Amino acid sequence: MRLTPFHSIHQQLGARMASFAGFSMPIQYEGISVEHETVRKAVGVFDVSHMGEFIIKGAGALDLVQWVTSNDASLLVDGKVQYAYLPGEEGGILDDLLVYRIDEKTYMLVVNAGNIEKDLAHLQKHNRFDAEILDISDRTALLAVQGPLAADTLQPLTEIDLHAMEHYTFKKGVFAGVENVLISATGYTGSGGFEIYFEKSHSEKLWNHIFESGKPYGVKPIGLGARDTLRLEMGFCLYGNDIDETTSPFEAGLGWITRFTKDFVNSAGLQLEKEKGISRKLVGFEMSDRGIPREGYEITDEKGMHIGKVTSGTQSPSLKKGIGMGYVEKAFAKEGTPLQIMIRGKAADARVVKPPFYNGE
Amino acid sequence: MNIPAELKYTKDHEWVRIEGEVAIVGITDFAQGELGDIVYVDIPSVGDTISKDEVFGTVEAVKTVSDLFMPLSGLVLELNSQLDAQPELVNQDPYGEGWMVKIRISDPAEASRLLDADGYKQQIGG
Repeated sequence: MRLTPFHSIHQQLGARMASFAGFSMPIQYEGISVEHETVRKAVGVFDVSHMGEFIIKGAGALDLVQWVTSNDASLLVDGKVQYAYLPGEEGGILDDLLVYRIDEKTYMLVVNAGNIEKDLAHLQKHNRFDAEILDISDRTALLAVQGPLAADTLQPLTEIDLHAMEHYTFKKGVFAGVENVLISATGYTGSGGFEIYFEKSHSEKLWNHIFESGKPYGVKPIGLGARDTLRLEMGFCLYGNDIDETTSPFEAGLGWITRFTKDFVNSAGLQLEKEKGISRKLVGFEMSDRGIPREGYEITDEKGMHIGKVTSGTQSPSLKKGIGMGYVEKAFAKEGTPLQIMIRGKAADARVVKPPFYNGE
Repeated sequence: MNIPAELKYTKDHEWVRIEGEVAIVGITDFAQGELGDIVYVDIPSVGDTISKDEVFGTVEAVKTVSDLFMPLSGLVLELNSQLDAQPELVNQDPYGEGWMVKIRISDPAEASRLLDADGYKQQIGG
């Protein structure tokens, strides 16, 4: 089991720990509902140091990034972030990731913890551009500070004007006296905020500074449990649940980050897939009946005919009802379509809705 | 960990308060803590006679779902209707307002197989 640099802090705080992607991670501290609400209404801090970071450097850096990712990284300028996925050679999605352009010849890729080794091998295999690939995952700590009061919490710790930062941009600078901290206006909660990358030896210091500074705003530590309910309310995909090596990016609604302005891994195959059209689609749905959809539950039409499977589901703490995502046959993907979710042998009514499920009150 | 001495327990983390022929059943403080925020208690079995160790309902927390097992064979007489609107009572007061069902015991001899508070405490590694 791998530990993040914040492990002893989580233990001191009495977090419930569990294994996630090979890491011992905090699932909850106080309770998922309270933590969820803290992020929606105030500010919360997630240790997401399990995520993987690669630096791609050199004259061939952009060419490699362009070849392995689905989005068009040539559109990036210094300080911009882009969402993309790594297409599989034979189809499917190897991973979803963020691409940071540090400078013309330096990019940072942020990948899912469970895919670090797989992604690294894939990048090395496709590196005919002679780019330098550095895996800095083990020495990088990452805190996500999320919620409407995130900028107020962090501003006293840096000269960088955080309120002025646009979504999906980043800056490097001094933060709480530590140099070379990367502050990114990104997140996985839909409540705004920042993700802060730094060298892991500063972990305890930065954690303490953030909690001290956030005290007047009611800052709290948030576990992976609430991270999942928050992202699901926004309809964000989770790799391994909603997307994986067997799902088509077009089925998953990731056509918008599939740019045929360049050649890339399986681009010809994906172009063909796009022309042929898809037979199933990832949809969001909301329960009309009582009951909570869970991963793996069967989805049927109103007559009980099998049409798909739930890939993610939860009780929405904001809406106080069951919400989920799942792949259904295309004919059932339209907003408002009635569905049934088989919950322990009983059919419960649901209907297709277009995420986000929750849009801030 | 709150484990009242006057109650009986199962390995599946139900507690039982036996009052003559009737027993009141809920889940333990340990169980509610492990489940986390409880959002739905689904007990479709009122009016059914159910054997010991069979499922009489389910409890849904935000991230997990868990079956509820009959601690004693019997007829499910009544469920705690307050839980419909306030499932969080199970978290807040597991041995009081968070009780789940009342049952009529069909075989009083089964009660001897339940755990006492010390036995349950050992069970959960207390």
